[in-house]
Amino acid sequence: MNSPIYFDYAATTPVDPRVAQKMSDCLLAEGNFGNSASRSHKFGWEAEEAIEIARRQAADLIGADPREIVWTSGATESDNLAIKGIAHFYQSRGKHIITSKIEHKAVLDSCRQLEREGFEVTYLEPDSAGIISPEVVSETIREDTILVSLMHVNNEIGVITDIGAIGEICRAKKVFFHVDAAQSVGKVDIDVTAMKIDLLSACAHKIYGPKGIGILYVSRKPRVRLEAQMHGGGHERGMRSGTLATHQIVGMGEAFRIAKAEMHAENIRIMALKQRLWDGLSDMEEVFINGSPDQRVPGNLNVSFNFVEGESLIMSLNDLAVSSGSACTSASLEPSYVLRALGLNDEMAHSSLRFSIGRFTTEENVDFAIGKIRAAVEKLRELSPLWDMYKDGVDLNSIEWAAH
Amino acid sequence: MAYSDKVLDHYENPRNVGKMDAEDDTVGTGMVGAPACGDVMRLQIKVGDDGVIQDAKFKTYGCGSAIASSSLLTEWVKGRTLDEAASIKNTEIAEELALPPVKIHCSVLAEDAIKAAVKDFREKHSA
Repeated sequence: MNSPIYFDYAATTPVDPRVAQKMSDCLLAEGNFGNSASRSHKFGWEAEEAIEIARRQAADLIGADPREIVWTSGATESDNLAIKGIAHFYQSRGKHIITSKIEHKAVLDSCRQLEREGFEVTYLEPDSAGIISPEVVSETIREDTILVSLMHVNNEIGVITDIGAIGEICRAKKVFFHVDAAQSVGKVDIDVTAMKIDLLSACAHKIYGPKGIGILYVSRKPRVRLEAQMHGGGHERGMRSGTLATHQIVGMGEAFRIAKAEMHAENIRIMALKQRLWDGLSDMEEVFINGSPDQRVPGNLNVSFNFVEGESLIMSLNDLAVSSGSACTSASLEPSYVLRALGLNDEMAHSSLRFSIGRFTTEENVDFAIGKIRAAVEKLRELSPLWDMYKDGVDLNSIEWAAH
Repeated sequence: MAYSDKVLDHYENPRNVGKMDAEDDTVGTGMVGAPACGDVMRLQIKVGDDGVIQDAKFKTYGCGSAIASSSLLTEWVKGRTLDEAASIKNTEIAEELALPPVKIHCSVLAEDAIKAAVKDFREKHSA
């Protein structure tokens, strides 16, 4: 078994070999290397054809029309283009935007920028399971609200938002609805028409495609217009200029095609692996799942191991590639803002790990991980004064800690 | 982030892990940090009649650097007088463990822990 074992599929995924093959066909002199904007020769036509096939593959996975797909460099760019693009184009209608406290930084920081420009942003709070309720969205929409931007699946806790219900509300109230689907495409069924989504961001690298390529779905009916962020040759209906990266796009198309064909079977397999992992951990004392246990994507397990600090846990788990909800590794000592928004106290947030399971995870990997995690938690609890106090029946909340 | 070999060594093989009876007159206990900040250190010293630290134990909730800082400290204070122990500087710990700038606070916490343990012991004996 290769070590460390990869349990961080929510961060990124390796490219599927079928995708890599398609991509490598678009690089060399004898391959499909042309500029799709070249109208005067075969090289350009062939590149354009490959891109249009990929555009259809990307559209098919989300129930869109290919003409509604804009190629971008990834979900971060798509989020920026959607949020700033709508805000700038429609600011005469109103300057209020609704999003949530648990969005990805690409959404939050785009909103912060708009606040600096004079827009007003409401950041909705999730409930303790990490769910943003459609009712709260409905109550928050005002006369001057122009955009609701919410993620379909949260990157840290994997919780699924009821996008269909929120789309219904936004459409009825004539507010644009943007969905960051970076963590949900290829894992959860999406139909942009049925769900009444106006804009949707997605990328390739979370579902076994290459990094550096994404899409923004921009609805044609009803028509949604955007102010471009990137100006140039007027590519992509003028919404995003720049020569199209054929190999990246073809790779994304193939990744999306595979996802559409295989996601249901793959979800069953991944769900079983996650259950196996949780079954192997859940009998330990003071171990909790963060976020709704049911309303979440199959591959995500976010767990707090109370009285154990996340960074030291990761250090013990050097045979596993996992992600921590503790931001101790950065200069700030702030734990995950997502877990804090669920109402977790700082120590529970500091004690969390995110395991994300994917296409190449095996039962053997999971069993190996269970053994390593149990040993590490036991070792660190032996070292933990908080565990001692818990075992002695001391209420940690009764102690006056000296914050530092 | 890469850890220094010394941090890894203390983390893999922490020295003097344990707990002493905090009520014992010969024991001084220092507990510093806060769970909310991601680190709590408990350092205990056992002091002989001659004022020399005979034994030291620790438990730490925190990152690898915090665990290593407290583990190292328990090694250093043994055989030292209370004054000597209380004069250990965080910079010495940080230097010994080659802590990066973002982890300096771990060594500060260790310095606070030994000072708190010495203070606790002295308070027990001042009455």
